[in-house]
Amino acid sequence: MFLGIPDFWISAAYVLCILSTVACVVYGLYNWNREDE
Amino acid sequence: MDLYTIIVVLIYLFITAFLGYLGYKHTTSSQDYLVAGRKSHPLIMALSYGATFISTSAIVGFGGLAANLGLGLLWLTVFNVFIGIFIAFIFFGKRTRKIGHTLDAHTFPELLGKRFDSKFIQAFAAILIFVFMPIYAAGVIKGGANFVQTYFGIPYDVSLLFFVAIVAIYVWMGGMKGVMYTDAFQGCIMFIAMTVLLITAYANLGGITSAHQQLTDLFNNPDIQKDIAKSIKGGFQGWTSMPKGGSPSWWSLVSTIVMGVGIGVLAQPQLAVRFMTVKSNKELNRAVLSGGVFIFAMTGVAFVVGALSNVLLYQKTGKIALVAAKGVNDNIIPLFIKDFLPGWFSSIFLISMLAAAMSTLSSQFHAMGTAAGRDIYEKSLGRSGNTLFITRTGMLVVILISTVLAWAASGLPIADGIIAKFTTMFFELTTASFLPVYVGALYFKRMPKAAAKWGMTSGAVAWFIWTFFVHSNASYMQICKLIFRKTSIVLGTPVESLSMVGTTFVALPVSILVTGGIWLLYTASKKQDMDSKHIDKCFTGI
Repeated sequence: MFLGIPDFWISAAYVLCILSTVACVVYGLYNWNREDE
Repeated sequence: MDLYTIIVVLIYLFITAFLGYLGYKHTTSSQDYLVAGRKSHPLIMALSYGATFISTSAIVGFGGLAANLGLGLLWLTVFNVFIGIFIAFIFFGKRTRKIGHTLDAHTFPELLGKRFDSKFIQAFAAILIFVFMPIYAAGVIKGGANFVQTYFGIPYDVSLLFFVAIVAIYVWMGGMKGVMYTDAFQGCIMFIAMTVLLITAYANLGGITSAHQQLTDLFNNPDIQKDIAKSIKGGFQGWTSMPKGGSPSWWSLVSTIVMGVGIGVLAQPQLAVRFMTVKSNKELNRAVLSGGVFIFAMTGVAFVVGALSNVLLYQKTGKIALVAAKGVNDNIIPLFIKDFLPGWFSSIFLISMLAAAMSTLSSQFHAMGTAAGRDIYEKSLGRSGNTLFITRTGMLVVILISTVLAWAASGLPIADGIIAKFTTMFFELTTASFLPVYVGALYFKRMPKAAAKWGMTSGAVAWFIWTFFVHSNASYMQICKLIFRKTSIVLGTPVESLSMVGTTFVALPVSILVTGGIWLLYTASKKQDMDSKHIDKCFTGI
């Protein structure tokens, strides 16, 4: 049971939604001033 | 309709018109009109990408589907954020921008055509967009017109013309700059509305864990067993569980909704062209941040609120969401807004839905217009002339076609979630026909032109056969019924269950196999149909 959700696949989707968004934020901040052209 | 709502809507329309005019004033060349002068701000680009991606269909249509299928739709949010933003911007966006700049490509078909040095590829991609994108656009127009009809009490035909006319004027005049400026403004409204929506839903149910627990418990509530009996037969196991593996609900959720839309986003022409509107990779890196947060706030919120609306509507009416909305899927989210949010927010939500439909439609008009004008008439047929005039003329033609289609679709049952289905159909087409070729164009220098041509063609043919003759959605297209007198050719045969399988599951493998097969043949016979100097030019700086 995760946050009131009993199903593993739904819990996984819930966590991955948040992790994917965090990955986008971290990538954007880390590369804010990276990448002459 | 109170005075406050009318004032809010008028202010929204005034700002939209002003931004469209600003786009028109800043458009001085065909490059401005087609790719916003290649100098877009990263935030404007990200919001424009997100607002184009998310239409009323994604919020109202797919939110309504989440009320029926449950939180399993969050897998689509995972795909939308991770594939639609992270993978798309970093692994597709950077190379699309660079190759697009190097080859001076202004549209998605032109990018593919110039990369493979093939007029056929440019023309074929443009024809697919010109012929089939109006189905997607008609779905978006229908969603917008239905919304205007419901809230303002204006007849459907008048709503449709009013809605199309406003979008058509600022796209026609302002080009890509007009589209992107208005998209960014509309995206901001959508973001605010969805954030309030999520907080309200969880707050009304006592927090995140409590809300999910109540949704889990609702499935076993004896009062609703009659209402969900049909869904349970189809594989439904509760709003916080995935449908039963292999059941019709599971196939619909996984193969059509999650895979069809989740992967299809990578090869959307109106989204890919956004990558060519920025100056350097730095803008794309920055856009990943705002794009990821925006898409999460749009789809994640719509799906969670859609599922939770069952608990809130049950507490208020004693009925689950679909029954409370009188069986109309697309009325669930508007009903939730009406019953659980303050009156002032209804007006904000109304304009956010108008914004969602307008931002998607404006980009569709632009993509279809450039496909008809620049890719087909100017480049493929070799007719010279003023690019701006040709593109604008092409745009008028596709606007008329889309409007007629949306008008013809007025008789189709909105209760069946037709808007979400039209959206899925186009995403499945781009996945099958464009995706393997697009990946090859960006990453495989040695991919032969013939493999790209046959891969695109076979993907499109497989999509057409499966969508129009086999899949359960074929019933909306009427072609199968006209020819074979039944809604799917597998109906009443031992392989009837094939109609549940999403088109992406069939057409994408066909396209990949044909592309790979021809490539292998060329490699085995040591044939090469691409000039190595041209390839080197394409990959300059990569």
